[in-house]
Amino acid sequence: MLTDKIIVAENLTKKFGDFTAVDNVSFTVNRGEIFGFLGANGAGKTTAMRMLCGLSKPTSGKGWVAGFDIWKQSEKVKKNIGYMSQKFSLYKDLKVWENIRLFAGIYGMKDKEIAVKADEMLNRLEFINERNTLVKQLPLGWKQKLAFSIAIFHEPQIVFLDEPTGGVDPTTRRQFWELIYHASGQGITVFVTTHYMDEAEYCNRVSIMVDGRIDALDTPAKLKQQFGVLNMDEVFQQLARHAKRSG
Amino acid sequence: MVLKYLIEKEFKQIRRNSFLPRLILIFPCLIMLVAPWIVNLEVKDIGLNVIDHDHSTYSGKLIQKIGSSGYFRITDLSGSYAEAMQSIQSNESDIILEIKLGFESDLLKEGSTQVLIAANAVNGTKGGLGSNYLAQIINEYSTEIRENFQPLPNTAIPVIDVVPQNRFNPHLDYKVFIVPAQMVLLLTILCGFLPALNIVGEKETGTIEQINVTPVVKFTFIIAKLIPYWIIGFVVLSLCFVIAALVYGIVPTGSLLTVYLFAGLFVLSYSGIGLVVSNYSGTMQQAMFVMFFFTIILILMSGMFTPVNNMPQWAQIVTIFNPLKYFIQVMHLVYLKGSGVWALCSQFIALLGFAVFFNTWAILSYRKKA
Repeated sequence: MLTDKIIVAENLTKKFGDFTAVDNVSFTVNRGEIFGFLGANGAGKTTAMRMLCGLSKPTSGKGWVAGFDIWKQSEKVKKNIGYMSQKFSLYKDLKVWENIRLFAGIYGMKDKEIAVKADEMLNRLEFINERNTLVKQLPLGWKQKLAFSIAIFHEPQIVFLDEPTGGVDPTTRRQFWELIYHASGQGITVFVTTHYMDEAEYCNRVSIMVDGRIDALDTPAKLKQQFGVLNMDEVFQQLARHAKRSG
Repeated sequence: MVLKYLIEKEFKQIRRNSFLPRLILIFPCLIMLVAPWIVNLEVKDIGLNVIDHDHSTYSGKLIQKIGSSGYFRITDLSGSYAEAMQSIQSNESDIILEIKLGFESDLLKEGSTQVLIAANAVNGTKGGLGSNYLAQIINEYSTEIRENFQPLPNTAIPVIDVVPQNRFNPHLDYKVFIVPAQMVLLLTILCGFLPALNIVGEKETGTIEQINVTPVVKFTFIIAKLIPYWIIGFVVLSLCFVIAALVYGIVPTGSLLTVYLFAGLFVLSYSGIGLVVSNYSGTMQQAMFVMFFFTIILILMSGMFTPVNNMPQWAQIVTIFNPLKYFIQVMHLVYLKGSGVWALCSQFIALLGFAVFFNTWAILSYRKKA
């Protein structure tokens, strides 16, 4: 399956006026892998991700997600992906269960199917007692886990996660990565951005973005070898040292 | 049905809001109970200065009749016009009535005479309506005289009398006029501002991002935003009907269903405007100000306060594009005249056109992709 390219980006560029947020980026993501998308603040990670999700129009370049053209078939792309934005964006004035029902409904699932699957999911998360809690009353870690679970509720081919563990405590972070592995085990390709270099070690392959360009892309092991260092943190430091933009 | 889930969500959000349900119920009650007493088009207590040069029985009777009409307060009996002007200058009087010397003899000999009415038009409504009332009283008085007075056959002068008859609102009760207009105002504000703040509100909280990344169809999304305000419009209107009937005893001469039909179209078009504004706005503040701007202009140009026919030609042309104008016309025609749907065909077509136009625009201007 490794030859199956689920995301293909060719010379993707996004300019905001004079500012080039994403500069001629090309890469591929294989089906089923966990792909880490690293970079400092302002390196262009979110912008690149938004273009792939059909939320932002590229200035130039091409891209295919789940076999669909991001220019012409962005609504078809959207049917096949899940997305969790950096800023928590579920409805805080709806209950946990109501958020699940809303998004599952939008993806075309039926009432019965939603009810059964939602209970199963809430049980797995040990969330069942919070079924009727307003989302705004949940602690951040729980919110993030819920947002992720809703993003994959409709069983997409790929899930895009934008700094899903930002501001979350180490225990919850660990639990979150267990969820990611569980989803990956079910065949969902994971595309994740992060600042935490220990998390980069959990990925099958990582890319490191500096100033809108991808400066390195390989497995964590090979990157460490290539830069002659012991951990991903040092790889990142070496690359980020040359960055002109700062966060 | 994706629509079902989206509408369900809108209603839950409205219900959970700490402010909106109260606004939707209390605001109409307050406006309907208070505003008709404040927005008073009737003019009373007009200060009248009489200059009676004639000092005759007939002039005396006329002054007495005016004084007992209930509209006028005779402030002074001046000796000259200059003196009377003084009292106008000092704001003691609003209108001068000058009865010339020979008033009685002219009336008896010629069968007709003249009086002078001069009104202070600084307050245009008071001046205009006041001199109108005065003219009516004098007119009545002259009819009375003519009935009591049998002139000699050869001195009889045929007099053409103008008999004003206020059709459909015989007593010119301003409440019958203002209450339906208040209903239009309420629907405009509630069903225009709430949708205008809705989509942009989702932009501010960031939830729109999670919606935009789903395959939801633009049409479905906009319709789901529209329908809740449509239903709220019906609730508000029904509340207004009840208050108008119970408190003011005002019920439409025509059919309630006709009012509902046109209200439905009107709310669709005005909510459509709200959604368009919301789509183009980046912040709720911006949406609010843009809505204020348009709503105030549209209300001023709707004929609610000043008749459209009194506006300059260019303004009258602008009002062709004002949905409020058509709905106010419908409300007045149905409430006062009892017009049916067939008589309101042009208003129906206009409102339908606005509803289609603005909602199409709302769908097209909603961008899922930046």
